[in-house]
Amino acid sequence: MSKFIFLVPLFPLIGFLINGLFRKWIPKSLSGLIGSATVLASFVLSLLIFFEVKEENFHPVIISLFEFIHAGKLSIPFSFLVDPLSVLFLLIITGVGFLIHVYSTSYMHEENAAAYAKYFCYLNLFVFSMLLLVLGSNYVILFIGWEGVGLCSYLLIGYWFKNQEYSSAAKKAFVMNRIGDFGFLIAVFALINQFGTASFGEIFQHAPKATTGFITMVTLLLFVGATGKSAQIPLYTWLPDAMAGPTPVSALIHAATMVTAGIYMIARSHVLYDLAPVSQTVVAITGLATAILAASIAIKQNDIKKVLAYSTVSQLGYMFLGLGVGAYTGAVFHVMTHAFFKALLFLGAGSVIHAMGGEQDIRKMGALRKYLPITHITFLLACLAIAGVPPFSGFFSKDEILAAAYEKNPLYYIIGVAGAMMTAFYMFRLYATTFLGRFRGTADQEHHLHESPAPITFPLIVLAILAVLGGFLGIPEIFAKNAHLLGHFLQPVFAGRESGAAGHPVDVSTEWMLMGVSAGLVIIMVIFAWMRFSRKPELGEPAGFGKWLANKWYVDELYQTIIVRPLNAFADFLNKVVEKNIIDGMVNGAGRLVQYGSRQFRYLQSGQVGGYVLLMVLGIVILFVVQLFLRK
Amino acid sequence: MIPVLLIVVPLLAGLISFNLKDASAKGWTLFASLVTLGITLIAVALPEGSKQLAVNAEWLTALNSRFSLNVDGLAKILCLLTALSFPIIFIATWNEQYKKARNFFGLMMLSQAGLIGVFLASDALLFYFFWELALIPVYFLASQWGGEKKVQATFKFFVYTFLGSLMMLVAIIFISQHTRDHSFSIASFYGLKGMISAHDQTWLFWLMFVAFAVKMPVFPFHTWQPDTYEQSTPAVTMVLSGIMVKMGLYGIMRWLAPVLPIGTYLWGDAVSTLCIIGIIYASLIALRQDDLKRLVAYSSIAHVGLMCMAIFATTESGIQGVMIQLFNHGINILGLWIVVYLIEKQFHTRKISELGGLAAKAPGLTLLLLIVTLGNIALPLTNGFIGEFLMFNGIYTSQSTTYNVVFMVTAAISIILAAMYMLNMVQRVFYGPVNALTEKAVDIRLNEKMVLGFIAVLIILIGIYPEPLFHLTKDAVESVLAKMYVKP
Amino acid sequence: MPINYYIFLSVALFCIGVAGVLTRRNAIIVFMCIELMLNAVNLLLVAFSKMHHLALAATDPNAGINGQLFVFFIMVVAAAEVSVGLAIIAMLYRNTHSVDINFLNRLKH
Repeated sequence: MSKFIFLVPLFPLIGFLINGLFRKWIPKSLSGLIGSATVLASFVLSLLIFFEVKEENFHPVIISLFEFIHAGKLSIPFSFLVDPLSVLFLLIITGVGFLIHVYSTSYMHEENAAAYAKYFCYLNLFVFSMLLLVLGSNYVILFIGWEGVGLCSYLLIGYWFKNQEYSSAAKKAFVMNRIGDFGFLIAVFALINQFGTASFGEIFQHAPKATTGFITMVTLLLFVGATGKSAQIPLYTWLPDAMAGPTPVSALIHAATMVTAGIYMIARSHVLYDLAPVSQTVVAITGLATAILAASIAIKQNDIKKVLAYSTVSQLGYMFLGLGVGAYTGAVFHVMTHAFFKALLFLGAGSVIHAMGGEQDIRKMGALRKYLPITHITFLLACLAIAGVPPFSGFFSKDEILAAAYEKNPLYYIIGVAGAMMTAFYMFRLYATTFLGRFRGTADQEHHLHESPAPITFPLIVLAILAVLGGFLGIPEIFAKNAHLLGHFLQPVFAGRESGAAGHPVDVSTEWMLMGVSAGLVIIMVIFAWMRFSRKPELGEPAGFGKWLANKWYVDELYQTIIVRPLNAFADFLNKVVEKNIIDGMVNGAGRLVQYGSRQFRYLQSGQVGGYVLLMVLGIVILFVVQLFLRK
Repeated sequence: MIPVLLIVVPLLAGLISFNLKDASAKGWTLFASLVTLGITLIAVALPEGSKQLAVNAEWLTALNSRFSLNVDGLAKILCLLTALSFPIIFIATWNEQYKKARNFFGLMMLSQAGLIGVFLASDALLFYFFWELALIPVYFLASQWGGEKKVQATFKFFVYTFLGSLMMLVAIIFISQHTRDHSFSIASFYGLKGMISAHDQTWLFWLMFVAFAVKMPVFPFHTWQPDTYEQSTPAVTMVLSGIMVKMGLYGIMRWLAPVLPIGTYLWGDAVSTLCIIGIIYASLIALRQDDLKRLVAYSSIAHVGLMCMAIFATTESGIQGVMIQLFNHGINILGLWIVVYLIEKQFHTRKISELGGLAAKAPGLTLLLLIVTLGNIALPLTNGFIGEFLMFNGIYTSQSTTYNVVFMVTAAISIILAAMYMLNMVQRVFYGPVNALTEKAVDIRLNEKMVLGFIAVLIILIGIYPEPLFHLTKDAVESVLAKMYVKP
Repeated sequence: MPINYYIFLSVALFCIGVAGVLTRRNAIIVFMCIELMLNAVNLLLVAFSKMHHLALAATDPNAGINGQLFVFFIMVVAAAEVSVGLAIIAMLYRNTHSVDINFLNRLKH
């Protein structure tokens, strides 16, 4: 089966081509159908491949399609790697991707036919790029997908391009990602320089022979790439702005799949990270700091999508924490559960926004429980999952990461639990103000409130089931022996790893204690937020410290002041002063000098014949003197 | 025989065009350029070393210079670019009205003859001859047709390049006097092998480098370019930046680096530093341009700077990247100029600040521009990526300098800056709300769509499957590299 | 007669000519001084020619003939020059009623 792997990305590519080339002619229903069907086809194929990979005796295979780049000894084939890690991501991407395509057919229905087809064309291109990213068997193919998803993100954030703010957000996303890519590319060249190849297998095989300094440098540079793509400090500010795109896009790209590319990449390169403890620490601390920072900002946001965006940044931080402490399986597990519940949250938010006629401010919502029953229930389940309430999926994955963090450093655990409490707080603040209390919008909006149609509710229900049950794929050892199915499945990839997967990070009693503490604190926080915001859902103007949080710690303003403005001023200086006056001035000065000189020489040309003759004679005399007396 | 045809066909077509009626000159030159393209395709298809691809005849016997032309991989790819560009330019600007059209088109064809000659000549004096032959028609084209300050701008361009040419001539004569048989043939030039002292190589290197640097242009010899591009008529701008710029890079690869390997090795770091300054400098300036033409001009300076730098890295990857990028950059920049031309034609302005919202009115143009832009910022699966990836890799793995990592990292900042200025432009011209000026905008016509579509398809095809270009240039890469000096 | 005498005479003549050209303002006199310089050269050429002929007559009967040839050339050129120059001066006089060269600075324009 795995030799047909190339079909997996090919289907969405075909969908992209059909929708892209014929967008003017095909009717809406057809373009939606093509968009969804191609992703479904990929999903089915991925499932088939999954069953093959699941077998005990499966060995990772590399499917080489053609020679992509070669120069001298360097050869980079266009080839795919099929192993448990890539197949797991295939399933997440095509599965969640399919549901979101279905959802979009209804959500985007107000667009005209050409724009509708364009939307699906971009979405399919995204799925294609994302599949390339996880399938690539070397860093260059990975990079193709890496930049490709960045492009699709750019196109989809700026989908409503008439709004200048939206297209600015799109540009910001692309440029921020490019800054990350800059680091990533340098790492790739360093690897090629060192190992003469870009393919994973050979690099990981020879990596132990390289110096720790080199590996540390490379892994840090790769991590720079990951901070761009996966929205970590310091390059996270694009993700909240990226909410300018249509909500299903936020669900697919800016929550479930693309932003986890950084986690995939580091998990894929785990051999390198294991060799560089310094990098691991940097990854863990950055992840933890991002988790806390973003969670604190989310507490004071009033835009339903912004809350979810910061929550995504925060959850990504947890995944990096997991990677940094060596819990690769835990991080990938959290990627999976997060894909379920965060996609569900975004789609639920989309359903709410849809019902509210485009309103995104939670201060103007409330009591939607009555009007949107399915959305309400699914949203509640997702909130419980993300908060980490047992036995919902988020509990298991987050717990695995936190347990591994505790083993590494108890401080990580304490801060991580604090972040989890914040998560519970802002999620239930969001839930309560949106669905509980009384309706605070206009009468007109209230009149139009209705549950969304089936194409929207169907994905919600499916994702809700996954969000609730997804955690049981990774039951910790202490509950049941050998029940960590995911860990078992990923065993061949992360072979030799003790912590995280199926191993015992800490002794059993400590683990029970850790689990109890975090679950207990989270549940307390959930109840606290529920009580507080369902009783008094009106959110006041933030004051004091809350103002800092509401304004996102003024990080955007800081970047504006210390980077963007000086850069522009410097560029202006180059353009107006250096280019015009100094360089061009020198060139024009040379011309002017010649003109000036000739104007001076013109005075010699007085027209007086006597003058000419005198000069001539003087010249001859000088020549004589030089010739006869001065020459040796 | 084929090399002669490649030069004679456009030359004759140009001369004939001078005597045609203004109305029929356009069709005639398009036809002639297509014929040239056909011959080029035959030449490209022939295997390397085929007898059909070389010509060697008596020319200036007294000077020991022969009329010898040769088509190798490097020449092939550049001839292909030249032959492809002219029909594209003619079709894209089909609706443009020129006064004295027959002279305009005649001169265009003459410049094509000169350009192809430059790429084919394998005799230094012949090379110089064609070098000037290409320059002179362009001088007239730029000074007779164009914007208000065209004479001033062209004068600057001419003085710059002519000064460079003269310096090159001095160097060529000096070198030829030191060859074993006192001839100008490329074989004798390549046969020098250290017969010129390092001291002489230094000044000879700079004489020739300045000539090539002006053409490319490399910082700080670039100030003619934005002015000339801005003032010239679109078709001429396209020739200038699509093809003439490549003459400089070609010159380095064929006539400088292999002939003066020691000089090239000694001064490689200095040149790379100039290139890096140019790359960052031009990118930053492009960031603050309000004029579309100047923006593209500065972007071109940045890209060409990287190409020049990659040659001096003296690695297989770098030189392979340059050879691919010669073609890719030509195609991409042609696409950008066509878009700029279409915008200027419709709105009579090139000011980015006056435009906006074109995407709503001209989706076809927007899509095609987007693809060209992506090629220009070297997104993977576009042609730009292949070239830039190899070049950056070449610079990183360079053995001929101790600063390879520093060079590569600083130069790579340009990929961030390129994304910034290109997307800035896309956003401000194409996105956002429509304004009074773009209210009545219409989408592009069929011929324009065809040409841009062709360019877009090329960009993506090469980006996905660059193998044919690798195949075409592989031998040339090895032969250039074999003659360069690599630190043992 | 030693060649020195000829050289001194012709240098004297030449210097007189130069002095005349530099100091006089009358175009006719300037012209005459130019003739004087030309003839100083002619004298020198003839003198050297004769000297060479005497020295080399035994081996080459035509030795030194070149110098005399040049003299003829110079005479012809001088005659042509005088005819043109005098015509110009005549025209100038007719137009400006002056042959003062300091007054004539039209070459400047």
